[in-house]
Amino acid sequence: MADPSPIPLEQRRPLSPHLEIYKWSPTMAASIAHRATGVALYFGTLLLVYYLVAAADDVHSFNFASAIFGSFLGQLVLFGYTFVLLLHVMGGLRHAIWDAGKGFDPEARDKLAIGSFAAAAILTVLLWIVSFILR
Amino acid sequence: MTQKASLRTPRARVGFLGSAKSGTHHAWMMRLTAFALLPLTIAFVLVVLSLVGRDFQSARILLGSPLAGILLLLFVGVGAYHMTLGMQVIIEDYVHSERTKHLALMANICFGLLIGAALVYSVLRLSFT
Repeated sequence: MADPSPIPLEQRRPLSPHLEIYKWSPTMAASIAHRATGVALYFGTLLLVYYLVAAADDVHSFNFASAIFGSFLGQLVLFGYTFVLLLHVMGGLRHAIWDAGKGFDPEARDKLAIGSFAAAAILTVLLWIVSFILR
Repeated sequence: MTQKASLRTPRARVGFLGSAKSGTHHAWMMRLTAFALLPLTIAFVLVVLSLVGRDFQSARILLGSPLAGILLLLFVGVGAYHMTLGMQVIIEDYVHSERTKHLALMANICFGLLIGAALVYSVLRLSFT
């Protein structure tokens, strides 16, 4: 890429490297995932709005919403929603631990990051097993 | 000098920049709502699990019960506030044009209020009809 700056390299102010420069680390992945899941939950709340408004409306709206959420695609979306919600909760717990000043050494912070993905995945599967037993 | 010396420039003062004596309010509210949402999310998941396999009538009975109603009200109220605070940070991080940023910040608050109002209305209607 052509250098767009007219100032010689050695005279320029230092810049922080762009995101893509860094080698991926568990904490980086967890941090990005926390923000991404936050955004997903922000818009995913519309699903809860739809369900509760339908339940508050009448039996036809409720049955229609139930059919949508009960369809294969609906269940797939809800499965994803469960994982996203739990991963964000685990991210919150991780941040609470860091806010308390604990878990900052290299080994602990990577364990916390990987652990939050693992815990969210395991809990999601467990919750869905329970939901299949209940139906 | 009669006026107390300030390090803030007049430009910053008229632009409402600098200290508004509320520096930690956002961070504190973020953590407060996050902590509150931990038990509330568990309660929400339990309510959703209890809804599995219910038809309209029995779902209404569950959602209209005082315990489910109170927990859902708290979950959606605190949740709507928490997500609005979170999206505010994301907008401030990525949107740099002043005009777009302010429009996005306003849209964010409107979205949060809309979501919150719709959810609170639904829960109240389920409880009182």
